[in-house]
Amino acid sequence: MSQLLRVATAGSVDDGKSTLIGRLLYDSKSIFEDQLDAVERTSRERGGDTADLALLTDGLRAEREQGITIDVAHRYFATAERKFIIADTPGHEQYTRNMVTGASTADVALILVDARAGVLEQTRRHAFLASLLGIPHLVLCINKMDLVDWSQARFDEVKDEFRDFAAKLDVRDLTFVPMSALDGDNVVHRTQRMPWYEGSSLLHHLEDVHISSDRNLIDARLPIQYVIRPKQARYQDFRGYAGTVASGVFKTGDEVVVLPSGFSTRIKSVRGPGGVEMPEAFAPSAICVELEDDIDVGRGHMLARPNNRPLVGSEIDAMVCWLTDETTLHVGERYLVMHTTATTPATVVELDYRLDVNTLHRVTPTDALGINEIGRVQIRTHSPLLFDPYRRNRVTGSFLLVDERSGATVAAGMITGPTPASTNVVWSTSRVDRAQRATKGATIWITGLSASGKSTIAAELERLLVASGRPAYRLDGDNLRLGLNSDLGFSKADRAENVRRVGAVAELMADAGLITLACLISPYRSDRDAIRRSHEAAGLPFYEVFVDTPIEECEKRDPKGMYARARAGEITGFTGVDDPYEVPEHAELVLQPADGDLAAQAGKIMELLGW
Amino acid sequence: MSTMYQLTHLGALEAEAVHIFREVAATAERPVLLFSGGKDSVVMLHVAAKAFWPARIPFSVMHIDTGHNFDEVLAFRDATAQASGIDLIVASVQDDIDAGRTVEETGPRATRNRLQTATLLRAIADRRFDAVFGGARRDEEKARAKERIFSFRDEHGQWDPRKQRPELWQLYNGRHRQGEHFRVFPLSNWTELDIWQYIAAEDIALPSIYYAHRRQVISRDGMLLAATRFVTPADGEEPFESLVRFRTVGDATCTGCVESSAADADAVVTEIATTRTTERGATRADDRISETGMEDRKKEGYF
Repeated sequence: MSQLLRVATAGSVDDGKSTLIGRLLYDSKSIFEDQLDAVERTSRERGGDTADLALLTDGLRAEREQGITIDVAHRYFATAERKFIIADTPGHEQYTRNMVTGASTADVALILVDARAGVLEQTRRHAFLASLLGIPHLVLCINKMDLVDWSQARFDEVKDEFRDFAAKLDVRDLTFVPMSALDGDNVVHRTQRMPWYEGSSLLHHLEDVHISSDRNLIDARLPIQYVIRPKQARYQDFRGYAGTVASGVFKTGDEVVVLPSGFSTRIKSVRGPGGVEMPEAFAPSAICVELEDDIDVGRGHMLARPNNRPLVGSEIDAMVCWLTDETTLHVGERYLVMHTTATTPATVVELDYRLDVNTLHRVTPTDALGINEIGRVQIRTHSPLLFDPYRRNRVTGSFLLVDERSGATVAAGMITGPTPASTNVVWSTSRVDRAQRATKGATIWITGLSASGKSTIAAELERLLVASGRPAYRLDGDNLRLGLNSDLGFSKADRAENVRRVGAVAELMADAGLITLACLISPYRSDRDAIRRSHEAAGLPFYEVFVDTPIEECEKRDPKGMYARARAGEITGFTGVDDPYEVPEHAELVLQPADGDLAAQAGKIMELLGW
Repeated sequence: MSTMYQLTHLGALEAEAVHIFREVAATAERPVLLFSGGKDSVVMLHVAAKAFWPARIPFSVMHIDTGHNFDEVLAFRDATAQASGIDLIVASVQDDIDAGRTVEETGPRATRNRLQTATLLRAIADRRFDAVFGGARRDEEKARAKERIFSFRDEHGQWDPRKQRPELWQLYNGRHRQGEHFRVFPLSNWTELDIWQYIAAEDIALPSIYYAHRRQVISRDGMLLAATRFVTPADGEEPFESLVRFRTVGDATCTGCVESSAADADAVVTEIATTRTTERGATRADDRISETGMEDRKKEGYF
């Protein structure tokens, strides 16, 4: 049976989104004759000489009158590989909220750009929204290539322009496809008109994109939605807790903790719809569990594992997107928060800043958020929420703000974490100035593929530094996973968290006057760049060293046998095999095998630092 | 069911629908499920039963009866309600005509399809329903493709496409004031093919007219209409016998059938997988009235 892929489209007005979808449906033979007849008839009536495929998706009277898309339309088609749900979202700035609506559950975002116009404000806004919403895969569709003479140079220009912008975002998987939606080049079929393009067609990419490891299978979370108590003799003692698994895996026999009460028990049975017993359940299965003990459990509560619990708190730090023009967000205002299966009143305690989505600059001071504006807020809820950061969990990290009087949904929120102030945590200043310390610290971030030689170089460098009297310490990815990061797996979110923690430790050590040699694969550029920015903001030296050993060489070495296992399909999401490695763009030093043996390479780093 | 922690597309669609049923049951005060005996409402009832197993479905079902239904469908409707022990409410268009609240169309092509709206809105207001499950799917029609899963209706039961609530993640906001209500569409993301694959996989019983049978039909506007007591043949419309089945069932005056030899669910799956016309295009006369027929009816309060 096939897999379901959810796709959202975005892009500026007239970039051709509706045409692209029409083309996808048409060329994949998913349009029915009566629909096509209607489109051809309407196109003719309006004096067009070819069928306007955009009419397939613009369904409302006002949309047809104005030739624009007002609201999200959902389209469905299937190939032998997959079933697709496409949320066709409007490009008009005033309808940005509908883009958010269409994209919140998407696996892939398609962002359209007119090759002539290049990257526009709406392109940036939508790319930012896609990254804010945590859509795992982004495809920049550079459309209307027919109008720039199928120029590779123009394609590269737009690609570079977008890539520069995306470097500032949390984008993990980015693909570029040059196309002409009007004529169908590179939409379903590869075109002959751009022989310089070696990638696949858009549809082929969508059929192929790997989404299985996007899900969080680590953190077991079951928000209780509904309690099933049959009032029937046959099931007199049945008490089932129904809900949709948010993340992780639940098995019969698992020890679970019921939150917020904190009581522990075991799972007696896990059942799918209709009562089918299943050995284990995972997201997004809708299940019903029975528990060993008779504990008070109700809607709004959550099941988790005793040693892996969500955060619990009523003071939340979040990014919110304001969705209505009827009111604006103000500090001190009261709303209802809808979060998983819980609803509770809340007050906006602070509005830290508004984000200029064009420049990604923080605008302060800010006293309100209007429609389509995004800002960072702190909210205090009446009852505590059971949550995870959105980056780690799209279900337990998201919420809506609802206007109590009208019932309208006024904002979408993504939880960053607990409010720093909530635990009264403020940076505690030292009585020691950095200049007063005996030594000056720095972070040397060594990145590269598995088996590229990072650890060996770092070990040699550590030896050289210590021998020359400098305080140095090696933070090795593997070593850290034995202790500090033993709770993390290898999903994208976990890898990002792993890198974030090591970066934070390195920064503390640099502040303390130590030289840290952090050697981690750290495959995603955005994660490494975030650490660089943080160091720079704190005035601490940061050096990125890229150990550029070709993958063939790494595979030949393969000291831990990891490549062999990845090639055999025993492990998935392995960097370089079925997960990307994003090469640093601004590394201070690139080491290649030609630079000599590992000792020589360590020497080069000493040279770089002037030691 | 799964490999590598992956739901199949039918598993994912079923899970989403179950989630929606439970969400409404937990938050709405007086939900009701619209049940016509048609395939989509039969699938809805089947999924609802699975959502609350082993308890009974915690809401009533309601049929808006135009009085022009196929006998096989009515018989199926009553048998299903009885077997499941569900409370069946029948709201009848005839009652509204008799009471002078609506006026019957006249002429050879008169249909009661539009009249259903008034009866539906009256039944919702009378019984103070605040969440009404419908089996509409977004793949059916372009105005449907724009509809939210939780679709807000004002105190007049009307839909305003410009004022739809944003709908994000799995968070469905069904809050409303007195008199307002929601139409809830758990099968929004299913296609006609998904429905049939599910019917085949779950072995769900349907009214017999969904499968190939011989009957008297007349040809009108390129469509085959069943020659029933509700349809008056116009000049030159000579009834003839044909091997047909229905892709949708609704008002007999405007629901066409298609020539088909598909006699069971698997055969229908095969047929639907290769068909080149939509079910509405093939079989619904009322959708041929104008480009925006469905949108206009939805704004009036149609489901």
